[in-house]
Amino acid sequence: MKPRSKRLLLVAGAVSLLVGAVALVLTAFQENLVFFHTPSEVAAGKAPQGRTFRVGGMVEEGSIQREADGLTVRFVITDMAQTVPVSYRGTLPDLFQEGKGAVVQGQLGPDGRFTATEVLAKHDENYMPVEAQYALDAAQMQKAAETVQQ
Amino acid sequence: MIAELGHFALILALVLALVQAVVPMIGARGNRMALMAVGRPAARGHFLFLLVAYVCLTWVFIQSDFSVQLAASNSHSDTPLIYKITGVWGNHEGSLLLWALALSGWTVAVTVFSRHLPEAFMARVVGVLGWISAGFVSFTLFTSNPFDRLLPAAAQGRDLNPLLQDPGMIIHPPLLYMGYVGFSVAFAFAIAALLTGRLDAAWARWSRPWTTVAWVFLTAGIAVGSGWAYYELGWGGWWFWDPVENASFMPWLLGTALIHSLAVTEKRGAFRSWTVLLAIGAFSLSLLGTFLVRSGVITSVHAFATDPARGLYILALLVLVIGISLGLFAWRAPKLSGGGSFALLSRESSLLGNNVLLAVACFAVLLGTLYPLFLDALNMGKISVGPPYFEATFVPLMTPVVILMMIGPFVRWKGDDGARLGRMLWLSALASVIAGGAVAVAIDHVTWRSVLGLTLAAWVLIASVQLLRRRLGERPGAPVINRLRGIPAAWWGMWLAHLGIGVFVIGVTMVGSLEQDLDVKMREGQTTELAGYTFTFNGAQRFAGPNYDAETASVTVTRGDRRIAVLTPEKRVYRAQSMPMTEASIDVGPLRDVYVSLGDQVEPGAWIVSLHFRPFISWIWLGCILMGLGGIFAATDRRYRKLAERDATSPVGAAAQAG
Repeated sequence: MKPRSKRLLLVAGAVSLLVGAVALVLTAFQENLVFFHTPSEVAAGKAPQGRTFRVGGMVEEGSIQREADGLTVRFVITDMAQTVPVSYRGTLPDLFQEGKGAVVQGQLGPDGRFTATEVLAKHDENYMPVEAQYALDAAQMQKAAETVQQ
Repeated sequence: MIAELGHFALILALVLALVQAVVPMIGARGNRMALMAVGRPAARGHFLFLLVAYVCLTWVFIQSDFSVQLAASNSHSDTPLIYKITGVWGNHEGSLLLWALALSGWTVAVTVFSRHLPEAFMARVVGVLGWISAGFVSFTLFTSNPFDRLLPAAAQGRDLNPLLQDPGMIIHPPLLYMGYVGFSVAFAFAIAALLTGRLDAAWARWSRPWTTVAWVFLTAGIAVGSGWAYYELGWGGWWFWDPVENASFMPWLLGTALIHSLAVTEKRGAFRSWTVLLAIGAFSLSLLGTFLVRSGVITSVHAFATDPARGLYILALLVLVIGISLGLFAWRAPKLSGGGSFALLSRESSLLGNNVLLAVACFAVLLGTLYPLFLDALNMGKISVGPPYFEATFVPLMTPVVILMMIGPFVRWKGDDGARLGRMLWLSALASVIAGGAVAVAIDHVTWRSVLGLTLAAWVLIASVQLLRRRLGERPGAPVINRLRGIPAAWWGMWLAHLGIGVFVIGVTMVGSLEQDLDVKMREGQTTELAGYTFTFNGAQRFAGPNYDAETASVTVTRGDRRIAVLTPEKRVYRAQSMPMTEASIDVGPLRDVYVSLGDQVEPGAWIVSLHFRPFISWIWLGCILMGLGGIFAATDRRYRKLAERDATSPVGAAAQAG
């Protein structure tokens, strides 16, 4: 082989490796995105069924209930406009409390109950998960907009 | 008074940083020795004043002087002394000061250990580091002054975030910062080389030990952070693909590519542009990491404060660094010629392949970390990218990396014969496939992932032994001990670090295949089984710590008739912030960890207990230790010192070697 065609082959090899790897990354990315929806969006039917997504907001006061096995917890996530009932089996984060922000990840069942596989709470007493804060703000703005329209 | 002294020292440090940034650069331009010589004393003075500022801040924390805002927010008079001292960096302002201190420490180290560098080159290195430091010290002073007073003084502090009150957190941030900041040295060498116009083998050789040491720190920092998450967060995971972890992992990936690319540039004069780009990239990603972690765009235990001004400042710094260095690169790079040519099958190609794959892996992490933030910033919806994405990309990307990593050292520079390699490697490849499959069957977990992981790990172990035998075979006749001692430290470094990858892969594969978890409600005297172990709950008791109250449970672990351990997981409530925290209890073993954490008390006397079985998880850290050790060996190779002496006597001769 001439040095020139060798070099060409090398470049072609490196480029095809690069293209293949990037294609792999982008496909995986597409397939594994987890979208976030506010409780209002879930109530409006904008959230998908049978696909994992996140919901965030406040844990409604007085809504945490434990089932007899002690492990399954039911609670309600609210953005102060709409609510989503959630069940979760497992250990809750230390800072998961009623009246505090939380984000849950899981799937919505046909009965409208959200089955969470992951529950995220804030990291210390100051900070609210961004997504939970976002849900509350969005609902509040929606309300404000409706008041203005009336 | 002490706080003012510290503040004053910080201002003086900024002044000296500017002197260090400007004067030697001007000197290097006009080749004026007197101006270039200012660099070293300025760098030392800069370090000294930062040290004074740092000690002052530590003193404020130790004295519990709550008239200083930072101490009032992050310390408490009951905090144990060690956490008062580490609390200094357990917050935004203090950690920036530590960043700056680490940077100036590196600068001084460069002026001491790289004395043989040509004056003009050294002056530029010191100058570039001075600019970076000026950027960070001014950032600290203008947006995040750690010495701000709180008037009237608080009667009591709010205590350090309990998650950070942990031995792992004592060493994790300094190690990580040393790593992050260390890449600024590699960056400064690259920029100085671009400015001087000598991107040659000598430059690569000067830069290599520094880059490797920075990489060792980063490796250790990430490993300690991962270990901390494992035992402190209470659910037995060791890596979460959390944006903050990714922020440190991205520079690690590019840094790994960089140390390999530097090797090619030094030995063969090839890949020069690529090496410079990697050096710029690794440092930019360190800055990006600092930005992500500190700006509050990510809420996590690391985002100490959410202040847009701070985020903007680091972002501006980041844009400046990337813009200027890429501009400089675009201006200078056309002058670079290709370097030594090499064939399709050569060690250069295998290293190039690995570099491409590592860079793509870094891009994958960057995409997964930044894209959600990007969409959010544009108000285009909120998404998150979880571990499944990273796992789906990392397994296929890292598999060829590991394969190339083992083939690479057998391949000759410049060009090699495929048949020769095939004869050498087919047996070990076949043996590792058989071994990997056999172990997967033996542990009764045959999935493509476990077979792949175990095969790769077996291949690393077998090929490492084979590589060592070949190396020893190069000097037949001599006694084995002499032959072992004749191998240079750099080679041992490569060998150990690669072996570390194999050990790491074993750990990851075994944990991924065989880990077991169980959450269960338990009362006193009840038992539960998991993975062949029996857990007996002996009840919980109240207990008062120095700055927290705890419920301590006792769980006896037995296997058959043999008592393994009595574990004491805790549920703590830190008084100052009334913040609850789970403190797991772990029985660590070479082949498995048994991990128990305490959940909520659901009924009087009945607790949720989380049981976790983690086989071979220590091998993950052991692999990291081997990689770090490898890096230390590689950086301390005698060759650097010998060649340094030679460079000092004839700098032109060394530079001319580049092929």
